[in-house]
Order: sequence, then structure tokens, then C-alpha cells
Amino acid sequence: MKHLPLMVFSLVVFALPLGMGNNYYLMALNIAALNVMIVIGLNLLMGYAGQISLGHAAFFGLGAYFSAVLTTTYGFPAWPTILGAMVVTAGIACIIGIPTLKLQGHYLVMATLGFNVIVYIIMIQLGSVTGGPSGFAGIPGLRIGSFAFESDRKIYYLFWAISIGILSLSLNLIHSRVGRAMAALSHNEIAARCTGIDTETIKIKIFVISAAMASLAGSLYAHYISFISPGSFSIFFSLQTVTMVLVGGMGSLWGSVFGAILMSLLPEILHGVKEYNVLVYGFILMVVLIFFPEGLFPSVRSFVATTFRKKT
Amino acid sequence: MILPDAEKKEAAVLEANKITVRFEGLEALSRLSFAIFPQQIISIIGPNGAGKTTLLNAITGVCPLHIGEIFFKGQSIAGLKPFQIASLGITRSFQQAQLFMNMTVLENVMVGMHPRTTSGFLKAMFRLPSERKEEGMIRDNSRGILEAFGLLSKSGDMAGHLCLRDQRRLEMARAMACRPEILLLDEPAAGLTIREMEEMADIILWLKEKGQTIILVEHNMRLVMAISDHLIVLHHGIKIGDGLPGDIQKNRQVIAAYLGK
Repeated sequence: MKHLPLMVFSLVVFALPLGMGNNYYLMALNIAALNVMIVIGLNLLMGYAGQISLGHAAFFGLGAYFSAVLTTTYGFPAWPTILGAMVVTAGIACIIGIPTLKLQGHYLVMATLGFNVIVYIIMIQLGSVTGGPSGFAGIPGLRIGSFAFESDRKIYYLFWAISIGILSLSLNLIHSRVGRAMAALSHNEIAARCTGIDTETIKIKIFVISAAMASLAGSLYAHYISFISPGSFSIFFSLQTVTMVLVGGMGSLWGSVFGAILMSLLPEILHGVKEYNVLVYGFILMVVLIFFPEGLFPSVRSFVATTFRKKT
Repeated sequence: MILPDAEKKEAAVLEANKITVRFEGLEALSRLSFAIFPQQIISIIGPNGAGKTTLLNAITGVCPLHIGEIFFKGQSIAGLKPFQIASLGITRSFQQAQLFMNMTVLENVMVGMHPRTTSGFLKAMFRLPSERKEEGMIRDNSRGILEAFGLLSKSGDMAGHLCLRDQRRLEMARAMACRPEILLLDEPAAGLTIREMEEMADIILWLKEKGQTIILVEHNMRLVMAISDHLIVLHHGIKIGDGLPGDIQKNRQVIAAYLGK
């Protein structure tokens, strides 16, 4: 039963808000759904192409600003603009990826880091279009026909449907011919190339797909929050997405889902400890990285597997 | 590209024409020419550092050629990337088995079928019927290959858990999965016990019987002399012998290179 975990997860996600009266938690879960989309894409890149991107906040931001400016200033329809933003972001990722991923080594990290800084500066300096450092307001909400996603609850079902969709497409991908080739190249690139796998092209494609996923999340974010500012798309958010992949476990897509949810909700849960929340956040991160270097999800799964085996 | 003198090359499946490979000024291979004919076992021998593995790397595109050309079925493959050469039909094993240790035995062979199959990103993500069909074909074929190499009972094991003998078999099975024209084996018997080595010789001979062209780099002379149809002897990157095993054994230059006289 390959589909069982996905069905159980979908049911839990569907049932969760039913008993929830508080919109504040729904809002946190909605942001978590967007992070899941970004982190799944980033994990395909980190866990399967063996490359790190420090520019996913920029791709997220490109999606957000494309959607915001085109729909608000120029009156474009929302959904086609979201798709258009994904295509443009994918094209930009292609331009960054082709020269850097053809080289052996970690050149993509540097290129994406620089790219993130450039995009951030453009967002601030191009004030006439982006609203500059004070941000861009008045972005219209999402609607399908006459149905408007005006409440957090409706957005919750929309966002989680999309992120479960992305999860299922990505799970399909890693359990396929291309997915095996990806796993092969991340483990032993020379052997993969001598087995007939075009490792360069596969790496570029994964990078482009993951950038498009981040762009999608960005567009949805802009329409949901209706106000965006450059601060959300700085290098610090890129680092956060990389952290989510590491906490969940590189190469484990389910790990990414839980890593993204955990790291998105943790700051909310830690509000209770007030001024110590950054300290506790850092401490939890340190504990995870020291004691679960493979990530939380793979470690917990192998722990469960071994204890279960002992009992039978 | 078909050469004007194609008739002359007709029989050779692989032909090297004065190939030279340099590492920082050192000539690992210098002006090496040879022809490989189909359905034979050709062994490359020579003392340590003679350039045997470099030659395999040059054929598979891992090492770029400085001068010279290599023709595969009349087509120049110099300058092609390793994945292109593998897709054309030249696959290999490595001196130290290079398996995908994070995958199962079956998955390793399934990766080996990559050049023979076509489903891409979109088909995989949306599980189109043609992709499902191809996936089933890949799985069935890979099982068949594992059975032929005596590994079917281990198909679910992680490749990293196999013993050396099975790792080498699996690497051969993976290289054979795309039905290559030429199989390159880099010291397949290194580290094996005598009994395991005999098994390995049987496998290589069985492959040849099925019509497989094999280029073998091997140190063990007993194995080489027992199964080879043709020998090429390298010394300091230069070819010092090229002929039948019986003739090579009498070649004075070869004896001198090995015994240091």
C-alpha cells in the first residue's frame, strides 16, 4: 500500500481544522502549508541532486512580487499570473543553473546566495514598482469564479490541497526512472554518468522545478496576506528553508513535510516562553542537528523500525 | 561519421587511433593504437602504472584525450561525455566496485537500464500509463538479469551489505542491464578467493558465449591467459605487445617489462 501514508495524512489534514475555533492557529498552519511546498522542492535539490540553494527566498519572493504587481497594478487575473510567475521564475533558475551546475562542486550555493541578495536589493530600490522597503499592499484575495477564499479556513483547504498535490507528484517522481537516476547521482556521480545518466541536465531540471515550486508558494502567500515587503524574502528566510530540510531529513520528502510544519509552528508554540523563544529555538535546532544528523524523520522511523523488530 | 576507409574498419567494433592522455605533463598513454573485434575477450595487461585503467577511462570519456581519436562502430566518440558513450553502448565496472550503496540490489540494476528507457520528469510525476508500463518492464527485465547473475535471492538487500563477490557481480549485472555492445571490466577478480575467481571466469566466458564483446583489465595472469582471445600489453603508456596469448607469452619485450630485465 504505497498510497496509505498519503491518504492517512490527507485525512488528518482535512479533519484538523474541524475542531479548531482559533483562526490564529489556522493562519500558522496556512503558512506551514506554503513552507511545505518550498521545502519539498528544496529537498529534491538537496537530497537528490546533492546541491544546496541559498536563494529559495528569492524565488519565493519573485513569485510573490510578480503576482502582486501584475494583479494589483495592472489588473491581470490571479491564476494565470501565478502560472506565468512560475514559468518566469523557472526561466531565471535556468539561467542561474546552467552555468553553475555544469561545474563540479558547490558553485550553486554561491550563485544563489548572490542572486538572493540582488533580488532583495531590487525589491527595495525599485520603489516605483515594488513599493520599496515599506512594502506592497492591497493585493486581491484568491477566488475561483464567484467563490472567494476570504476566510483562513477556506485558504487552509486550498493551500493544503495544493501542498499535498505537490507532495504526491514529488513522491511519484522519486519512485520512478528519473527518481532512481537522481538518487544514483547524489550517491555516486561518476558511476551514474558511466551508467548513461545525464547528471548535469537532471540537476538543472530539479533546480528549475524546485524554483517553480517556491514561486508558486510565493504567489499564494501574496494573495493570502495581501501585503508583502522585502523583509520576508531576505537571505534569512533562505537559511530557514535549508534548516527545515535538514531538520526533516535530507532525501526524505515526508521528513520535509514534518520539518516544515515543525519549524513553522515552533515559533508560535514558543511564544509561551516569551523573550527566551529565540534561545529555545536555537537549542532545539542544535539538539536535532547533533543527535539526529540524518534529520528527525529518518531517525524516528529507523528507531520505530528497530524497536518493532525486536518485539516480533 | 563514416570514414572513407570504412571497409577496412568494418570488422572492428572499437578502434583507437594514436590516442594520447596527459596528466600534468606526464604521458599516461602515448600514441596508442589498437582495434577491438566483436565477440571476443580482449585483455589489457601490464605492470602497475602502465596506463590500463587510464585507457578504460579514455574509452568511457572519463579522461579527455589530448590527441587521437576513438571510433566506435565507425563513429568518433572522442570528446563525448561519459553518459553519451554509455548510452551508445559502452558500459563498465570499476576497480573498486562503485555501486549505489543507498539502493537495493534490484534498484541498482534498474538504474542500469536507464539508457534503454525514456520516461522523463513529467511522465513520472503524473504516473502516465506509458510510464507505468515501462516501469513494469524495467522491473521484470532487471529481475531476469539478477537471476542470470545469481543474485535474485538478494534483490531486496541493500547493495552496501553485499560481500565483495556479490558486489562485483552486481556491478557487472548493472553494466549489462542496458545490453551494451562492449563491456569494460576493470580488475573484476581483484580481492576474490581462488574459487570465486573461477566463478568469475565462468561468468565472463558465459557472457562471451552469448556474443558479448569484453575488454578486460586484469592482473591475474592465470585468469587472463585462460579466457582471453587477444592481449594488449602496455608499459609506461606505450603498447609493447598486441597478439594472441600464446605469442605474447614468448614476447621478449613483454617478459623484460614484467621481470625488469
